[in-house]
Amino acid sequence: MTEPIISFEKVNKWFGQFHVLRDIELHVAPGERIVICGPSGSGKSTLIRCINRLEVHQQGRLMVDGIELADDLKAIDTVRKNVGMVFQQFNLFPHLTVLDNLTLSPIWVGGLAKKDAEEQAMHQLARVKIAEQAHKYPLQLSGGQQQRVAIARALCLKPKIMLFDEPTSALDPEMIKEVLDVMVELAQQGITMLCVTHEMGFAKAAADRVIFMDEGQIVEQAPPHRFFEQPQTDRARDFLSKILSH
Amino acid sequence: MEQGRLDVRLPCALILQPALPSSVSLPPPGKRRAWSWRSQAFRGWVYQWLAVAVIVGLLAFLVHNTLLNMRLRGIQSGFDFLWGPAGFDIGEGLFTFDSAQSYAMALLAGLLNTLRVAVLGIVFTTVIGGLVGVGRFSRNALLRGLCRAHVEFFRNVPVLLQLLMWYIVFTEVLPDALEPWRWGSVFLSKGGLTFPSPSWGDGVAVWDVPFLGEFAVEGGAALTPEFMALLLGLTLYTSAFVAEVVRAGIASVPTGQAEAAMALGLSPRLHMRLVTLPQALRVIIPPLTNQFLNLTKNSSLAVAIGYPDVVSIANTAINQTGRAVECIALIMLVYLATSLSTSLFMNAYNARTALRER
Amino acid sequence: MTSSAFTPIAPRPAPPAPSGLGLWLQVNLWQDPTTRVTTLVLVALLLWIGVPLADWAVWSAHWQANAEVCHASGAGACWGVITEKFRIIVFGRYPFDAQWRPLLATALLLALLVASCMRIFWRPSLALLWLVVLALFAVLMGGGWWGLAPVETDLWGGLPLTLLLSSVSIVLAFPLALLLALGRRSNLPAIRSLCTVYVELVRGVPLISVLFMASFMFPLFMPEGMNIDKLVRVLAGISLFAAAYMAEVIRGGLQAIPQGQLEGAATLGLSYWQTQRLIVLPQALAMVVPGLMNNFIAIFKDTSLVTIVSLYELTGAMGLALNSDADWRPYKIEAYLFIALIYFVFCFAMSRYSQWVELQVNRGRQR
Repeated sequence: MTEPIISFEKVNKWFGQFHVLRDIELHVAPGERIVICGPSGSGKSTLIRCINRLEVHQQGRLMVDGIELADDLKAIDTVRKNVGMVFQQFNLFPHLTVLDNLTLSPIWVGGLAKKDAEEQAMHQLARVKIAEQAHKYPLQLSGGQQQRVAIARALCLKPKIMLFDEPTSALDPEMIKEVLDVMVELAQQGITMLCVTHEMGFAKAAADRVIFMDEGQIVEQAPPHRFFEQPQTDRARDFLSKILSH
Repeated sequence: MEQGRLDVRLPCALILQPALPSSVSLPPPGKRRAWSWRSQAFRGWVYQWLAVAVIVGLLAFLVHNTLLNMRLRGIQSGFDFLWGPAGFDIGEGLFTFDSAQSYAMALLAGLLNTLRVAVLGIVFTTVIGGLVGVGRFSRNALLRGLCRAHVEFFRNVPVLLQLLMWYIVFTEVLPDALEPWRWGSVFLSKGGLTFPSPSWGDGVAVWDVPFLGEFAVEGGAALTPEFMALLLGLTLYTSAFVAEVVRAGIASVPTGQAEAAMALGLSPRLHMRLVTLPQALRVIIPPLTNQFLNLTKNSSLAVAIGYPDVVSIANTAINQTGRAVECIALIMLVYLATSLSTSLFMNAYNARTALRER
Repeated sequence: MTSSAFTPIAPRPAPPAPSGLGLWLQVNLWQDPTTRVTTLVLVALLLWIGVPLADWAVWSAHWQANAEVCHASGAGACWGVITEKFRIIVFGRYPFDAQWRPLLATALLLALLVASCMRIFWRPSLALLWLVVLALFAVLMGGGWWGLAPVETDLWGGLPLTLLLSSVSIVLAFPLALLLALGRRSNLPAIRSLCTVYVELVRGVPLISVLFMASFMFPLFMPEGMNIDKLVRVLAGISLFAAAYMAEVIRGGLQAIPQGQLEGAATLGLSYWQTQRLIVLPQALAMVVPGLMNNFIAIFKDTSLVTIVSLYELTGAMGLALNSDADWRPYKIEAYLFIALIYFVFCFAMSRYSQWVELQVNRGRQR
């Protein structure tokens, strides 16, 4: 059994007095692809945001790539260089072109020369099939195109782990497929992925494990075929009936 | 447009028409000519004429009274006084002015003095206000607190009071002209701040270095206490407002941007410089322009501390010639021109740096 | 890995956050090298300025109202100037014996202003209360009724004058500002241009030029023989000036009302004025209360400029008090600091109130 790349040990988090993550135990193997689903307010986004320290947990131990996430700022910086994140609202920098968005971190944080960074950026853009938009500004692109750029931006860090926080929830229906196709292709290339999403088709196509969360706890986890066909708990059954019926 | 199929200019639009192929698009029909006394258009017409009549009537009344009163009191009108000799000196300015020169030149000197303090004030206030505004987001609580104190202190006291206080400081705390504070060739005393300046002597540029003479510091270029008090007071007062504008601009950048920057591993300083500030600038520029205009308008308070700006000189001119209407009109014209040109310039800058959308 | 047995975990209260002064200091002032350097530099700066300042203001200062003691020692502040000149600074040239009148008038006006800020008083009768109190103010200060000796407006000064100028000019400016704001958004080109020209003209010139106009030019505008009191003229000038700025703030609120509101009102058959009165203005005005408060604070500070046209409110009264008295003249700075403190207290309180109002308004609009 290889050493897990992400490991949550009795992790608890509160927002004020609201107990949002309760005794989370989770181990993710390198290269594993995980889909996290659950009703809203269940803490799924909070869970993955803890991995790159966008949220701070109050109790328990969280190890990412062998580094424990605590108050050490340098450790946090190292972790963030290895973890890429894609947001629901894309969060592209509107005042920079697509190419500049991608080369920002490699140049200023990675110390790469401009030419190398641009070469790498064009390669990633080609990977998400949007290379021709390199010199446009984000607001000139459609939602689906912006999210693909966001994925390419995260990939420019050459991360070991990719986190997706509801990447398709803010998109018009006809654009969801283009983003999911990119994610499926990425999943086949061996990168560790944690994805919070409602797109069950993606889970069936690409996930190794589906985790169902409710009220701050991991209620059930299983490989997709088993989770969707034979949910073990009532809550999971209830949830699946709601989202798969329409 | 396809002719012959349908002539939409005929008022026969109600006649049934043959079905048109779906690819033809028609121009909009012409305006109907029906008139109603109760229509929006008629009412609007009436209101507007009423408003114009009231305003014109009021203006006519005021002008009539003014002319009458001026005739009764023997006040002359007209701008010819501008070309007569001024009869007073002006203590400082970009060119030397003596009492033989005309009122027009005096006002010009005043205008240059206003611009002198306004331009320098705008530059300094942007720097100070910008630093204080950014400092309110610092990790260091002491820096945050000091910036907050700076804003609250300078914002809540009237600018006139601040100018008077600085003037007192400059005229009472500074040493006498005979015993100035000195750093190398720079002297600071009640007579002002004197420093070496380039000047032309025999066609060659030389340094005019001040030295301590028998009664005062001589030579060099001098900044009077009035100028320094005005500049310092205006700069610090406006910097509080500029800091608030900068703070609001930075706060307006969506938090998602900060999260993306953190996820990419950017340090807080890089993130402020590369992501937050460029976006914040768009929100900051319009109210910042407003503050620049406020500083320029507040420079008119120079009349209270004896700095010869354009309002101060116009005031002297009113007292000497009694031409209140003309002088006040000139003052207003000067400031209106400044306001409008600053607004135009900033609008152009704003348009150029707008986010490109589709 | 599957888990077929699932036991729900009940929520627990959050652990107490580590706190304490030491930790706060460490996190906020000492966390990394840059922060430490900044802290040290700032502390050094504060001490370099603060210690001599504290020495001047407190340790070496003289507190008795005795000019000789202050003269003799030379260093240190002389706070006695305030006790000595307090009444001239606060009440101006008002006759000494009758100063209970401005005191009472100021107290009434302050009570009215504070009451206007409290939610329970926000009803139509508040407008009536304003008229009553302002009338009382005028009677108390001006005299001529109820056996009170008449006092010319020239002699009104100090804090009562500042409060009077600020409150009355805002009250007068408000209806005009409302009309200007509506006019600027009107569809009728003549009205829109008139309002725009007025607002841009007034906002482009400094207040002092408007005060000069009020002082020198308004008498010329009046029909022959009609003399208007200087205070009234200055009040008119400040009101016209304030109206332009308030109009811009109100216009911002009007612009924020979505088009859908107007369309909804139209489908209900409401006329233009009904729509404005019942739908648009209540929402718009609630939104711009913080902006209007800022206007009030600005006007309150701007009343200090009437000193330049010889009405001796708070700032000017100080000059009156000290310029003629050689004993106390060297201690202007102390007097200025006192007046600055008065302004600071008023303005700071008003801005905190404005922030509170903004919170209240936003609370109503959050889901």
